[in-house]
Amino acid sequence: MTRRRIWGLLAAPGMAWLGLFFVVAFYAVISVGLGNVNSLYQPVPHWNPLTWNVGYLTEAIQSVIPGGQNWPVVVRTVIYIAAAIIGALLIGYPVAYYASRHAGRWRGLVVVLLILPFWISYIMRMFAWTNLLAPDGYGSKILSALSIDSLFSSLGLLDGTDWLGGQGITVIIALTYGYVPFFILPLFASLDRIDQRVIEAARDLGAPPPSSFWRVILPMSKPGILAGLVLVALPMAGDYYTQTLMSGSPSTSMIGNTINNYIQGGPDKVLGSAITILLSAVLLVFMLYYLRTLRRQQGAEAA
Amino acid sequence: MSAAAAEQGATAAAAERPRFSLGNPWSKPRWLTGITWVYILWSLLPVLLAIRVAFNEGRSRTSIDGWSLKWFFGDSNFSVFGDPTLQDALTHSLLLAGLAMLIATPLGIMLAIGLQRWRGRGSGPSNVVALLPLVTPELVFAVGLFLLFTTLLSTIGLGTTAQAIGHVTFSMSFVVVIVRGRLVTIGPDVEEAAADLGAPPLAVIWRILLPLLAPAIAASLLIVFALSIDDFVVSQYLASGAETTTVPMRIYAQARGAPLPSLNALATLMLLFTLLALVLAYGVFRFMTRGEKRGSAIEQIASIDSGGGR
Repeated sequence: MTRRRIWGLLAAPGMAWLGLFFVVAFYAVISVGLGNVNSLYQPVPHWNPLTWNVGYLTEAIQSVIPGGQNWPVVVRTVIYIAAAIIGALLIGYPVAYYASRHAGRWRGLVVVLLILPFWISYIMRMFAWTNLLAPDGYGSKILSALSIDSLFSSLGLLDGTDWLGGQGITVIIALTYGYVPFFILPLFASLDRIDQRVIEAARDLGAPPPSSFWRVILPMSKPGILAGLVLVALPMAGDYYTQTLMSGSPSTSMIGNTINNYIQGGPDKVLGSAITILLSAVLLVFMLYYLRTLRRQQGAEAA
Repeated sequence: MSAAAAEQGATAAAAERPRFSLGNPWSKPRWLTGITWVYILWSLLPVLLAIRVAFNEGRSRTSIDGWSLKWFFGDSNFSVFGDPTLQDALTHSLLLAGLAMLIATPLGIMLAIGLQRWRGRGSGPSNVVALLPLVTPELVFAVGLFLLFTTLLSTIGLGTTAQAIGHVTFSMSFVVVIVRGRLVTIGPDVEEAAADLGAPPLAVIWRILLPLLAPAIAASLLIVFALSIDDFVVSQYLASGAETTTVPMRIYAQARGAPLPSLNALATLMLLFTLLALVLAYGVFRFMTRGEKRGSAIEQIASIDSGGGR
């Protein structure tokens, strides 16, 4: 056995596994989405690209463009994700910045506490909020005592006083809460890599703190911000459980709910697959962008 | 106090005033400290409350109500160990996590070593495929596996096997990231020295690389365990019925329904297992890499997390 070949052989079982259960699995989505149904409305996948049937994909496209049945859901998904990542940025940036540059002797503890939510099951973290926001929960009581519910109502963000009764704002806050730890950590890593001497140089050359932030630190942390935002936006695009737990109302459903309902609920598995294909096509750009920054980072660490 | 001393004090204060009247602009901004600790409280307090409620005496899931362990053991019908559906969820979650650990870790280690050294045709796309599961939305991934097991691989079908396969597939990429990170730290020197001294490739892997990789292997095992036990979407899509329900699935199904603190107790036990695995992983990693130059072991574990949102 040559020395070169052994590395390829070592990688073979893992690649075969991923080939079957990741690549072929995704190909199954394509084959079902571009396939047909039998008389029992069960999907009949068309594995051969020459026999692909674009009927359901066309139907899926028509349903997600303006005027289509799922268009409101698409708009809502985009708004929720945009609002949630803006929330993540506003909360996450100061926290990551503090942890990386100012935490001092508390740094170890702060980092551990920032990592902790990662390892608490996402479902459990949402479940904790369903207890708090129930009408007699502590969260609802505090929000009501601080008149935050009436403030939100007067702004038109909250309908009534039941936070779990189909409120868009609850879903957005829950998404922010759920995903902000995943934004903070990569951002922390990228802020941590900024050389302290660069900031000192800005200061020695007379830049006051605001301009050294806006003109030095922020531009240098831009790749970290973008990568972090992509990293949290991707799973949000496929999220259906946050919405179900925090609202459950069709008036707040996201594209993930649409896919989930088609695939798990009804007879429209083929249409669900076709929408999954569309969603993946949109997200692929972002996924490859993130992988590129990840590999560039690994390259920098190896050098 | 003499007049002279007072005057001296006044001039000292005057001299310092321009510098300190507005505070030192380069000092630690207090509001950042405030935001960070408020954020930490916000992120952890709800979960701590949910855990506290698991120890309630009463039946309320929304308020603190006495102390007892009855929702864990005591109540013969509704506690975690009294209600068979809760107990089955816990055993099933542990079973899947065990299977995922034992399969994903060796596959991931071999894949990582192979990808790190392999520079031939096909290595580029393979690298992308090995990392893609980290960023694929779990729903897309789960829909794919669901369709695979209901069409092409319908002989396997949905159920425990399919769930275990799903968990292995997404956690393997994490193993690859961890092990490759360690391979970069080790560097090629020792391995090349062994090869130059005539060790055949398999001996290099078995006697040089694997012992050096031990801390990464330990970390991988336990992190796969934690990932698998926390997983919801893949488990739900590949489940075949009541006996394949995992803990997160049980919580999801009952969070808005039947309100008893035993659900909190179940969630608490699951969290306990995850955190135990992590503390072990951290401890073993630290112990095995003692004496090595490094930043902080915490941050090494942190860097593992740059994967997806699960």
